[in-house]
Amino acid sequence: MLKILKYSFYDLMRSRWSYVYFAFYLLLGIVLLFLNNDLSKAVITLMNVIIVLVPLIGTIFGVMYYYNSKEFTELLLAQPLKRSSIFLGQYLGVALSLSMSLILGLGIPFVFYGLFESSAIWNFSLLLITGTFLTLIFTALAFNIALSNENKIKGFGYAILLWLFLAIIYDGLFLMTLIMFEDYPLDKLSLVGTMLNPIDLSRTLILLKLDISALLGYTGAVFKQFFGTNFGLVVSFIMLSIWVVLPVLRIVFKSKRKDF
Amino acid sequence: MVTIQNLYKNFGKNDVLKGVDLSIKDGGIFAVLGPNGSGKTTLIKSILGMVIPNKGEISVLGENIKKSSDYRHKIDYLPQIANFPSNLKVKELIKMIKDLRGNTSNDEHLIELFRLEPFLNKKLGNLSGGTKQKVNIVLTFMFDSPLIILDEPTTGLDPISLIRLKDLIQKEKSNGKTILITSHIMSFVEEVSDEIVFLLEGQIYFKGTIQDLKTKTNQPDFEHAIASILTKNHA
Repeated sequence: MLKILKYSFYDLMRSRWSYVYFAFYLLLGIVLLFLNNDLSKAVITLMNVIIVLVPLIGTIFGVMYYYNSKEFTELLLAQPLKRSSIFLGQYLGVALSLSMSLILGLGIPFVFYGLFESSAIWNFSLLLITGTFLTLIFTALAFNIALSNENKIKGFGYAILLWLFLAIIYDGLFLMTLIMFEDYPLDKLSLVGTMLNPIDLSRTLILLKLDISALLGYTGAVFKQFFGTNFGLVVSFIMLSIWVVLPVLRIVFKSKRKDF
Repeated sequence: MVTIQNLYKNFGKNDVLKGVDLSIKDGGIFAVLGPNGSGKTTLIKSILGMVIPNKGEISVLGENIKKSSDYRHKIDYLPQIANFPSNLKVKELIKMIKDLRGNTSNDEHLIELFRLEPFLNKKLGNLSGGTKQKVNIVLTFMFDSPLIILDEPTTGLDPISLIRLKDLIQKEKSNGKTILITSHIMSFVEEVSDEIVFLLEGQIYFKGTIQDLKTKTNQPDFEHAIASILTKNHA
């Protein structure tokens, strides 16, 4: 698996898109720092971008890489390699190169701005950690979609739909439920609802670490009580890990049964 | 070398293989023939473990291939469409496959044979179809495995490379290897193969030498013998 990972990673590191992605974050980091002139504020703005963009890039890149390397995968399948190592290697190759673009692209401008002497370092690290989690999650979901759909267009369609659902539609539905049942106590429900969507979970996690939860009203207080504690943090990270592990397991399961 | 028993495979409603029984002995060149969609590639891919059969047993060199990947060390496979990661250089791809399968020094000789030296530092995405196929051939023949499977090996090759490929196949045969070929070019098949396996609608219609086929169909030449099978069955 490590060999496949190595080659997928090199392959991607040399593709133009990794550089575009890297350059985009670099530019975003620099621009935000100049505009905000403040590390903490830049982190908040960044969060809003990352929460939406990272899943989108993860899904698109994952699907694209899978379909593009299809013939090459067939070449690998004829070699004495286990199927699980081929696909996990490719998956990790994509996910890690994307994460690296994210971490380096944002990390470099922030470090030069004086991140290490600032109190924002923990918030910034949390941002990068959740960003990496989101990359791992959405690339894995993308590989699942691509493995289940031979048709490229369908695969891309489902991938975009998935992103749209988790990034936007889910929130809408969630909000509607809250309004419809506003006569009932909803703290537990909203907690669970947030936990079930990795994008919401990441957003809440960062927001509450940033001490702007006062904006969230009463529910914010309940959230703060939960996510603000170490227990909440641990539970959240466990949830994010489950979001990584389940799709990855399905990649292994599905690839073993697939015809090429 | 390869034993296939009662092999069934369907893709959705499309039954591709319907009970294939085949045994291929050690040594010699076997051509798998059949009209489009008769299941040639599916059969080959089943042997390689890329297609998972619905029913049936396949063993390669006496080892059941189900849930195993190590047996592929004994197979060299030339896929039909040569499409490689476009960011890699030819040299890097060869190095990579060596890294994955184990070292060999045979590649230098093959690169020289197919005149690939000027392309070694070029990216695979910039190569022409024929050059890609040559790279494909180098990747296949650089290992010393007892079973060689070639899926449409002649695609895109110029006449001189075709002659070199034929020599290469004959050389491997004289080394006692078993070679499985699929091709639509009948003259190529007639020239190189010792025995043919004719697939028709997911079953083995004929297995034997070209001479046997001519006698069976009462046709003077190979191309007409094949054509007569097809017309008889589709009329």
